[in-house]
Formats: sequence, C-alpha cells, structure tokens
Amino acid sequence: MSRIDAVWSEQGTSPDRIEAALRQLLVEVHAEHSDFAPARVLNMIAFVDREWSGEIANRLRGVGRYHASRMVVLSYEPDREQLDARVMIAAEGDPAPGELALLRETVVVDLGDRHMDDLLTIADPLVVTDLPTLLWSPHGHHEIVSELMPLAQAVLLDSVVEPDAREAVDRALELTHEAYVVDLAWLRSTPWRERVAAMFDPTRLRRELCSLSSVTVRHHADSTAAATLLVGWLGSRLDWELGPLAVGDGGRAGTARAGDQEISVKLQTDPQLQVPGLAGVTIETAAGLSLSLDRGPGGLRARLTEPGGEPREWTIPGASRGETGVLGEGIRQALLRDPTYLPALAAARRMLA
Amino acid sequence: MASAAEQTGSPEQAENPLTAGLERLPVAPTTLVIFGATGDLARRKLLPALYNLAHDGALPERFHLIGVSRKEKENEDYREECEEAIKRFSRRKPDEDVLKGLLDSVKYVPGTFDDPEVYKELKTCLDAFEKEAGEPLNRAFYLSTAPSFFPVIVDQLGESELAHHPDAEVRLIIEKPFGTTLEEARELNRKVLSRFEESQVYRIDHYLGKETVQNMMAFRFANGMFEPLWNRNFIDSVQITAAEDLGIGTRADYYDEAGALRDLIQNHMLQLLCHVAMEPPVSFTAEEVRNEKVKVLKAIPEPTVAEIGEMALRAQYTAGHAGGEDVPGYLQEEGVPEGSKTETYAALRLEVDNWRWAGVPFYLRTGKRLARKVTEIAVTLKPVPHLAFSQDGSLGVQPNQLVLTLQPNEGVSLRLGAKIPGTRMIIRPVNMEFLYGTAFLSQSPEAYERLITDAMRGDATLFTRNDEVEAQWRICDPIVKAWHPSQEPGPPVATYPAGSQGPAEADGLLREGDRWRAI
Repeated sequence: MSRIDAVWSEQGTSPDRIEAALRQLLVEVHAEHSDFAPARVLNMIAFVDREWSGEIANRLRGVGRYHASRMVVLSYEPDREQLDARVMIAAEGDPAPGELALLRETVVVDLGDRHMDDLLTIADPLVVTDLPTLLWSPHGHHEIVSELMPLAQAVLLDSVVEPDAREAVDRALELTHEAYVVDLAWLRSTPWRERVAAMFDPTRLRRELCSLSSVTVRHHADSTAAATLLVGWLGSRLDWELGPLAVGDGGRAGTARAGDQEISVKLQTDPQLQVPGLAGVTIETAAGLSLSLDRGPGGLRARLTEPGGEPREWTIPGASRGETGVLGEGIRQALLRDPTYLPALAAARRMLA
Repeated sequence: MASAAEQTGSPEQAENPLTAGLERLPVAPTTLVIFGATGDLARRKLLPALYNLAHDGALPERFHLIGVSRKEKENEDYREECEEAIKRFSRRKPDEDVLKGLLDSVKYVPGTFDDPEVYKELKTCLDAFEKEAGEPLNRAFYLSTAPSFFPVIVDQLGESELAHHPDAEVRLIIEKPFGTTLEEARELNRKVLSRFEESQVYRIDHYLGKETVQNMMAFRFANGMFEPLWNRNFIDSVQITAAEDLGIGTRADYYDEAGALRDLIQNHMLQLLCHVAMEPPVSFTAEEVRNEKVKVLKAIPEPTVAEIGEMALRAQYTAGHAGGEDVPGYLQEEGVPEGSKTETYAALRLEVDNWRWAGVPFYLRTGKRLARKVTEIAVTLKPVPHLAFSQDGSLGVQPNQLVLTLQPNEGVSLRLGAKIPGTRMIIRPVNMEFLYGTAFLSQSPEAYERLITDAMRGDATLFTRNDEVEAQWRICDPIVKAWHPSQEPGPPVATYPAGSQGPAEADGLLREGDRWRAI
C-alpha cells in the first residue's frame, strides 16, 4: 500500500505540461513529506499496445524494488487523436524511523498513430536527464524501438516470445550494434550457467571441460532461443566451432568441435514444462562423466555419474524467480554489463543458421 | 571477443572459463559446522543468512550444516528450531521447498565443547557427508560461542585432527570479541595459530561485511576528485561517530563486562578509521588491503598513562527522555551491578603519525542512549585562506565538510558555502546530498550472508588478520587498563542524560576551534 500517492492527469495535454506536472508533484510531495526522496536510478520507457497495457502493468507491479525509478509508459491505440497523460508518484510504504523512503514516478501517455512521427519529442522531456534509459517494447513494434533508440542506452527484449528463434536471435544481434541488450531469454539461463560453472569448478572436473562429448538442453517448446543461448554460452567460453543444428522430431540436433573432440549438441523440447525457459541440461565427457541438472522442487536436482562410478543425486537449493522475477532481473541488468552475452548470441546464431 | 580459454590457455591450466561474466562465483562444496548452534547469533543471523543464500542459489553445489551445542536434542528437534528461527528472522519469507532442501540434511551434535567425544561424533558426521558426496568437502568451523570457549574448541579441533584435511580446505571463523585485552588477544592468536595456519582463520568483524563500509573504499579509490584532497594539507580533522538511541536492553551481563570502548571502538570504529586513512592498496586482494590497514594502526601511537586523561573520555547515561518516553539511567537498568563504572559512552582523540595524516586529529565517539541512531564519518576540510568578501550578515562561512553516513540513510553529503539570493554577497552553508538508496535497485545483502560466502570461498579481504587485531588492541589496551574497575579511583566517569548529545566533558578532547557534530 502506497502511503504517498500523488496523481495528476490531463486530457489533450503536451509533453511540456506533463514534465511540468512531474516537477510540481515532486515539489509538493517533498514539501509535505520530507522523509521521502525520489529514486534516481533508471528511466524505463515501455511502448505497449493499449489493449494489453493492463497485463504489462501487472507484470511491472510484480518486480517490486526493481521498478525503474521513472517509468514512462507509452500506451498505443492506433486511432487515438488526442494525447492524454497520467502522472503518479508513489512510495512502497512508510520509511523506517529515522530513514528515508523512496519515491518512484510513473507517467502513462496515451497516444495514437498521428503521434508516431513525433514520438521522440514526446518521450524525451519525460525521462530524467543523465540517468540511463531502458527501452522495452513487449508487443513488437520494432520500428518504434528504432525511433526511440536515441534516448536509450539499453534495450529489454525477450527472445523466447518471438515466434521464430532465428529471427529472435537476428533481432537481438541487430540491436547490439545500437545499445546494450538485456535479453530475458539469456537471464532465464543464468541459474543454469551458474550451476554448470560451479559443477566444473573443482580442478579435477575443470580439466574435463576440454573433453566434453555431448550437451543436451531440455526446454519449453517456445524457448528454443534460451536453450540455444545456453549452448552458445558454453561453446563461446570453450572455443567450440559451432555449426547449424538440424530441426527434427522434438527439437534440434547437430555437432560442435573443440580441437579433435566432436561434441554432440541436442535441444529437446520438454512438453511437461509449463513456463518459458529451460527444464534441464545434461553434459557428458569423452571419459564417461555425466552431469545432469533438472528443475525440481526447491532447486535444481543434480545427478553426477563419474566414470565407473554409481550415479549420485542431490538437490541444489534455490528458489524459482518466476516470470516477474526474471523481468525484475532484466531491469536490474540494464545497469550492468555482461561480456559473455554477445559471444553466446553470436554462437547461437551459427547454430540456428 | 576472445574467450577466457584463449586468454589464459587451456581450461586445465587456467581459471574456470565458465565463470566470466557471472555475478555469483562458485563456492566449493562445504560443510559448515556452527559451534553455539542454539545461541542468539546463530538463530538471529547465521541461520537466516544461510537460508537467504540458499534462496538465491548462492550456497555451494553441495552444502551441509552441522550444529554443535551443549543442549541434548535430536537432529529433528534441531531442524525444527532452525526452521522456526529462519521463519522468524529471515529478511524474506521462506520458500517451503527451499527451506526443506536446506534443512533436510542438517545434523546436530550435542555435548560440551571440551568433550573429545563431541569431536569424534563430529568427525563421523563430516566423514559421512564426504562419503555420500563421493568427494572431499571443505570444512568451515564457525565459533559462535562465548569467547571463553574459543581456545577450548580450537584445541579440541586440533587434538581430534580436524584442523587440517589432506584433500580439502579447513577454515576457522571466529566471532568477536577476539580477546578483551591485548594480552588475551595475543594468547588467543598463539593458541589458534598453534593449531591452524593464519590463512585458515577468518576473524569476523561484521561491520566489514556491510555494503556501506565497502562503499567507502569505492568512494575513495574509484573517484579521482577526492584523492588530491585526502591528506593533512587539506583536511583539518576527522570525526567518526557511532551513536545509538537505545539503551543496553537485556544485555547487561555482556555490556557491563565490555563497555563502549571494547564493544565498538576497539574493533568497528578503528576499522572505519583505517578505511578513511589507509593508502590505496596495490590491489584489492585480502593481503594488500589488510597490509595497508595495519600500517595505519601502527601509525597510531599507543597512549601513555599520562596522556589518557587528555585523549580519552568515558561516561554513563543517566535517566532522561528518549523517543518521547522517560527512560532509566544505566545504573538503574536491569542487571547492571550497583556502582558500575562501565562506560556507555567513549570518546577518543587519536593521531595517525605518518606523512599523509600528521597533525590531523581523528575524533572517535560512540555511545548508548544518545539523541539519535547514526553512524557517520565527517571529514572537515581546512578553511579557505582568505575571504574576498565581508562576512557581515552571513551565517558563517564554514569549512567544507564531507560526511559519509553509514546508517541510517547511507550516503554522502558535502557542505558548501553558497550565496543567499539577494543583492548582497551573503553566504550560508548548503548541503549537496547523495543517498545510496536512491541510486541503486538492488537490496544490500545482510553482512553475514556476504561474510559466510567469503569465508567459504576463501576470500579473507573482509576479515581481520592477527596482526590487525593486535594492533587494534595495542591502541586501546592502555585505556582499557586505566578504566578497569581495579584502578581506584581511576579517571572520572562523566555522565550525560539519556537522549542527549553526550557528556559536555567530551568537548575537552577537542582541539581549540573544533566542535563535535550534532548527533
């Protein structure tokens, strides 16, 4: 429940009036409540179809403390003639005694086709100068992303929602030329990458990285991009030569090469998985070591079989982040830079050729 | 872009090429043994920290927990206690599946810490976990007991051959206080180092695990604008304050033995001083950072008996008003011995005798039941050498002051002189404020989450080294002795009303022209 909830709205408004209202509301809130301070972390511009804007609002509500400090929602309705806007300044709750609480600002601008030529000049006055800006267009509209790109340092996308994995990877690669790309499909693979890295961290297992013989990734039917990015990450970190994967029953398959070692690569759809992302990964070595990680209650279920040994199973604890958690992580990542994404993306592109 | 394998050779020789770009680095499989497993620290801090690490997927791939304590109970009973403590004290609501996964394999070993049978049982548990894992597991022994048990446990670990492992790392994590005098600290160091290597020992000062303290290093060493000013040529004085608005609560037994000097100044506040005064380390490795801190401590002269009255002050709170309520004085608090002279307030004036800081006073003060809860470092710059305009009508052209606030409202504030709007050149001080909370999305992890992870990873940067502990004690020990109840009559114990700014006598420590900042 917000203690502070300052609201302004106007129909038939203009960007400078919206910006003036924002400033005025902040002054008023500060005069009344000196123990609330405006957060100054990140601008986020979301271009959404008005008919789906409720769903997007719900998703953003779920990200909690990862909410951008200034959220600008450009709500698009093709036939709209008039620019309407609402400004809200809210705090999550009361400050603890002697402490400050943070204010976050949300601006919703309803616009239509007739405003598209001026989109940049509508959005520009609404972002806080000198803060990084993250751009998100969850309902497609690639041309809008290009239009607003001069304002953005980072672009949020989700390669798994694109109907075609190859097009999704192409699109992400294209955007990397203009801004830092935060791909939710990549972030879905983070716990898997962390665990695979950790499993092979002990020296005796690390040397096995030179002789991997097969990688199988199990994934949601719509998450080929996430699975390909996981293999792309492994391949780019280990200098594999990756080739195209053939589409077959229930997934894709192909080979990679690391020196003399051939590596079998399989992406298998898992019909049981109800949420986007990965279901499991199995990595095998030429010497007969096999490691599997699979989703399970309360974490990942690990299964390790060493050459000549019995399989050992255990659970590695970790809570599921859920889709809102992944989105929140995406917003947070806009302020960081992961040097391994682009090589993984390029490797994924080779597999999807 | 070259991969890590290209940069560093084959994976066999190199660092793990898969860790590049990961925010969370691998932690080797570990069994953590908590001595004092049913105590307050374990329940309030350690178990919730372990849960939150599990929730975030930040525990090692294989992790086991063994609790050791005097109370007789079964594994299942201890698991229930852990669950209750985690649900009550965790910073987030536990996920039932994750909690179950964490607690499923928890073991409990009952017995007194001097009983060799306890360590035999412990070894049996540790070996069983390794057998189950099919590989050696690192071992971390966390001493969360009363300090009097530290030497006993260390000895028993040594005797039972648990201090070393041929195929895995063994680490010893020791809670504060590390001794109550210099001699005790030296004796404890001797005892610990007779059984463990220094590289195995992680002495906890939980202040160092706070993001705020780590931010001080980022503030100093990641910003070029401050370093040219950071010396005796530009800095006039430094004030470090750790004030609490609360009294001693139910901790009379502990507090009356410790007092403010040992509770906060000897460890936390001297660490803060080190962070202000240290030279830039060559790198941020544990040894380089700790080397620089030790140099600072060594540059602070040990006070002589004659000097103590001029550079140290102790005081006790009397009845007063706090938070709008009448509150009792220290001597009226439950459990405080009649006539106790234990200080609830301590203030020191220290000098760091080196090239950078010679002649700059470092004022340290801490106290209970003060006006407000605040921990801050205030760096006052020298005044401008010449004012080109009249001060008539000005609210005082004051020296610039940089204030690093650690809690609450972590941030940095810079006091500047600014012209009051109008036709005349009239100046008043204004503040340029930066609040960390407004500029980051992430929530800071609890200090114990960071420290437990670092200890399991073998990163000692945020832990106190043996020579550091002794150097801290060397500064405080003469004052501890002078203030000991056996020193009759000893220096006077000043008083201050609860809820106030502290004793007026503290002004006597200040150089002429200096003032304590308002709490």
